[in-house]
Amino acid sequence: MPRFLAGSACFSFLLMSPVIAQEGPGSSSPPPAPPGPVSAADRTWDAGGEIIVSWEPSPDADRAGVTHYDIQRSADGGAFESVGTAPAGATEFRDDSGVNENIEYSYQVAAVGPGGEGISSPSASVTTHIDWFNRDRGNILILMLIVCGSITWYIERARAGQKLYIRKIAGMDAVTEAVGRATEMGQPVLYIAGIQDMDDVQTVAGLTILGSISKMIAEYETHLLMPTSRSLVMSTARETVKESYLAAGRPDAYRDDSIYYVTDEQFGFVAHVDGLMSRKKPAACFYLGAFFAESLILAETGNSIGAIQVAGTAMPTQLPFFVAACDYTLIGEELFAASAYLSQDEKMLGSLKGQDFGKLIAMIFIVTGGVFSTLAAFTEAAPVAMVNRLLGLLWGSPQ
Amino acid sequence: MKRTVPLFITGLVGALLIVSYYVPHPPFDSVERKIPDYFNIIAAFAFILGGGNLLRIHLTRISRRDHEWLYSVVTVTGFLVMLVLGLLKMTGAEGSAFGVQANLDLADARLLYDWLYRAIFVPCQATMFSLLAFFVASASYRAFRAKTPEATVLLLAAFVILVGRTPVGHLITAWMPEPFSDYFHIPNLSAWLMSFPNTAGQRTIQIGIALGIISNSLRLILGVERSHLGGSD
Repeated sequence: MPRFLAGSACFSFLLMSPVIAQEGPGSSSPPPAPPGPVSAADRTWDAGGEIIVSWEPSPDADRAGVTHYDIQRSADGGAFESVGTAPAGATEFRDDSGVNENIEYSYQVAAVGPGGEGISSPSASVTTHIDWFNRDRGNILILMLIVCGSITWYIERARAGQKLYIRKIAGMDAVTEAVGRATEMGQPVLYIAGIQDMDDVQTVAGLTILGSISKMIAEYETHLLMPTSRSLVMSTARETVKESYLAAGRPDAYRDDSIYYVTDEQFGFVAHVDGLMSRKKPAACFYLGAFFAESLILAETGNSIGAIQVAGTAMPTQLPFFVAACDYTLIGEELFAASAYLSQDEKMLGSLKGQDFGKLIAMIFIVTGGVFSTLAAFTEAAPVAMVNRLLGLLWGSPQ
Repeated sequence: MKRTVPLFITGLVGALLIVSYYVPHPPFDSVERKIPDYFNIIAAFAFILGGGNLLRIHLTRISRRDHEWLYSVVTVTGFLVMLVLGLLKMTGAEGSAFGVQANLDLADARLLYDWLYRAIFVPCQATMFSLLAFFVASASYRAFRAKTPEATVLLLAAFVILVGRTPVGHLITAWMPEPFSDYFHIPNLSAWLMSFPNTAGQRTIQIGIALGIISNSLRLILGVERSHLGGSD
C-alpha cells in the first residue's frame, strides 16, 4: 500500500474512532430507565374523543439517553399498540386517534433511546364521556355571539324606527335599469341562480334576490326566462316567483314554463343556456349564485349579445371572470346583502349594519394581530406574549 | 299558514343545527350528519320531478310544433335513450328492466350505454369546456386594456404573473445579482404577487363572505328574510 494511502487510512481511523466508540457500544448500552407513573384522564368538555396521558420523565431523559417517548394503548384489556410519539422533553400526550366512548383504555409509555426502550407500568383504566359542550368550539361561539348579537341589535334598532345608512351597491341599483331596458326592447330577462342545489347558501341567496327582481319583472310586465340545473331549485324558484307575481298584483302573468329544469350536468346546462341566449337574445342577464368554470362561458355569451349583465357569486375564483365580462358584479358579501338592499326593508337593512359591525371586529383583530405579531418578532415582553396568546386562543391556534 | 309553516321549519332546523355544532352529546351529535340525509331523500324525489318537467315541457313544444321544436326532439330522444339503456344497465336480471322484457341483451345495453357516454356525451362536454380558452382570451383583452390607472395596475400584475410562470420569465432576469434577484427576478416577483397581494385580497373577500353567510342565515332563521316567500307582506 502506498505511504500516502496508508497514512490517510490511518487518519480516517483516527477521525472515525470516537464515533465508533459512541455508536458501536450503543447497541450494547443499557436501555433508558422507564418513565415514572403514567396517568390517563378523560379530557373534559369535549366530544369524548380525547384522553390526556401524562407521565413522570425518565431519569435518563436529562442525560440524552432518551430520544423520544412511545405512547402505547390497550383497549378493553387487549394488547398494547403504539398510538403516537412525544419528544424527549414531553410529559403529556393527547390521544385522539380513534378514542370511543364506553371502552376502557389503559396506557403505558416507553422511553426510547439508542440502547432500546424502557417501558413504564400500565396506567389505571380510563373511559371517555361525551359532554354537553365542546370547548374546542368556544372561541367560535364567542365570535358568533358577538356577530349575531350585533346583527340582532341593529335589526331591533331598525324596527324601532332608526334610520340606517347603507352604502350604494352599483350592481343592485342597475337592476331597475336592466329590467326597464328589457321591457323597452320587448326582450326577456334571463336569471340563473347558479348550478348548485338548495343546500348551498349561495343558491338560497340567489333565490331571495329572485324574489325581489321577479316582483319588478311582474310590475314591468316583462318576460322571465329561468333555466335551472337542479330540479329542487326549479320548484323553489317557481314558488318564489309565483309569490312575487301575486305580491305585485299580477298572478295572471305568471307562467310555470318560464322556470324549467334542464340538466344537472354542468356543461350540458351551459350548452342549453348559451343556445338560449343566442336565440332569444335576452336584454338583461342575471347570474346570482354559485358558479364554477361555466361563469365565463355564460358571461361572455351574454356580452356578445349585448345584454346588460349583473353577476354575483361568493366563489372567489370566479369573481375575476365576472368582473371582466359583466357590467356589474356583486363581490362576495354583496350577494348576501343584495336581497336586503333591494327590498329596502328596515329590518333587513339593520342586519346589513350588524354585518358591518362584524367587519369592524375583523379589522380590529387583523390590525391588532399584525401589530403584536410583528412586535413579538422583536421583543419577548410579557404583555406582547399575552396579547398574542389571547389572539391565538380566539382564532383557535396557539401563537 | 303558507308562510308560517316554512318559516317555522327554517327557524327550527337552523337553530337545531347551530346547537348541534356546539353540543356533542346525544341526541345532538348526529343532527349534523342526519340532516343531509333528509335533503338527499327530497332531492331523490326531485329527480323524478325534474325528469317529468323536462318531458312535459319538450313534449308540449313538439306537439305544438313550437319554434325550435326540433331541438326538443333531440332532447327527448337523448333523454329517453339514455334512460332506457341506463335502466337496463342497472337491472340485475338479464334483458329485463324492472320486470319489463327488453330485446337488448344486458351486455349490449351496457356496451351501448358506455359507448354513447364516451363517444357522444364526453366529447360534447369537452367541446363546451374548451370554449373557455377562447372566452378567456376575449375577456382578458377587454379587462386588460389600460384605460384607467386601476386597469393599468391589473395589466402589469397579469403580465408579471403570466411571464413569471414561463421559462422566458426566468431567462429575462436570470442575470440579476443576488440581493436584487430575490425581489425583482420575475418568477420571484410573480410568486410574491400570488402569495401576498393576491392572498390578502382573497382573504378579505372570504371574511366578507363568511359574515354575509352569517347575516343571511340569521335573517332566514329569524324569519326576517321573506323575499323567497313573496316579500314581507
